[in-house]
Amino acid sequence: MIEFHLDRGSGVSTYLQLVHQVRHALRLGALRPGDQLPTAREVVESLAINPNTVLKAYRELEREGLVEGRPGQGTFVRRTLGGATLAEHTRLRRGLEQWVRQARGAGLDQDDLNALFTAVTTDLAKEDIA
Amino acid sequence: MTPVLETTGLGVRYGRTWALRDCSLAVPRGRVAALVGPNGAGKTTLMHTAVGLLKPSAGQVTVRGEVAFVAQDKPLYDGFTVAEMLTFGRRMNPRWDEEAARDRLGRLGIPLERRVGRLSGGQQAQVALTLALARRPALLVLDEPLANLDPLARHDVMRAVMAEVAAHELTVLLSSHVVSDLTDTCDWLIVLNGGRAQVSGDIEDLLDGHRVLTGPAGLAEGVAARTRVVAASGSGRQATLLVRDRPVLDPRWSDRRPGLDELVLAYLRSPGSAALPGPARQGVGA
Repeated sequence: MIEFHLDRGSGVSTYLQLVHQVRHALRLGALRPGDQLPTAREVVESLAINPNTVLKAYRELEREGLVEGRPGQGTFVRRTLGGATLAEHTRLRRGLEQWVRQARGAGLDQDDLNALFTAVTTDLAKEDIA
Repeated sequence: MTPVLETTGLGVRYGRTWALRDCSLAVPRGRVAALVGPNGAGKTTLMHTAVGLLKPSAGQVTVRGEVAFVAQDKPLYDGFTVAEMLTFGRRMNPRWDEEAARDRLGRLGIPLERRVGRLSGGQQAQVALTLALARRPALLVLDEPLANLDPLARHDVMRAVMAEVAAHELTVLLSSHVVSDLTDTCDWLIVLNGGRAQVSGDIEDLLDGHRVLTGPAGLAEGVAARTRVVAASGSGRQATLLVRDRPVLDPRWSDRRPGLDELVLAYLRSPGSAALPGPARQGVGA
């Protein structure tokens, strides 16, 4: 089950934060088809937010075809997001973990890691376009 | 959708002073309405009228269903134990959900045998809320429910209220001085100023319907001529305007959606501005 959290200073509206967190969990395989999302009541009991905000987020996810509401039962995941299969995901993740360990060993901190990762992905994206 | 709380031309007079005047607003079912305004704006008067503690001097107020009220000075007796408060509530109210009340207090870890005066501020707030909810109201009216509570207790009280809204189709009217407490919890906004309703509407619609414009002070007058300016401020060369609608602008202006706090402050600073719909009838998702 996904556990939502809020970043109140982010400037991103609350319902979109919930939508993003579900999409993120789908990409990472933390949520899979058939999994149930928490009920509106469960979310508001942990986050102290208006239930209509949760329902709005779920409606948006439903509109995108990612989840479906089953009357009387709850909201369930319909499909995953992201290009790779779960096996590929796991393999790539292991590779990335190895790379991160090497980078840490070389003295890079979290910000250095993020900067390097972003720079490389951006550069490669540019090459693809060119 | 039929509003749970509706006032039309409501006025309340104390002697020769009008505490509330020509106030027409409506809160649809299932909404959590924030009531904000400076001291003396008429917030408590409006709440007292809604719960039947005050009679209107003019106009009318309609509540569809049971109403429960938690006053700012929590209506508890310090010498009573929590269990005695429950007994008191049960005897005073024909509609009373004892099981739900005991269940809530149990989950909150509030001992029934403890005297109310020996509970923490947060626990007292929870007991007052439990007693109000045990009456299974359609409308819950809370006067400054978060005043004098620490941040953890504020969060806990709002969690409890939100869970009730999710579980039963409860409508809530709550007043607060702290706008940040209302962000994310309330979905309806009522601004009272000088005894008059200045704003009443769905918060998302209100935020979508206003823009904050920042640009050269020299161009501010031209923009003001083409749009409805709620409030303007500025320092030297730069002007900031909070406006209704979305005007087509010179590229030297930047614009963005306001935050709830900005919107509330802009209206409070400009008592002459108002954002009131016709008779408000829209409900959730309308």
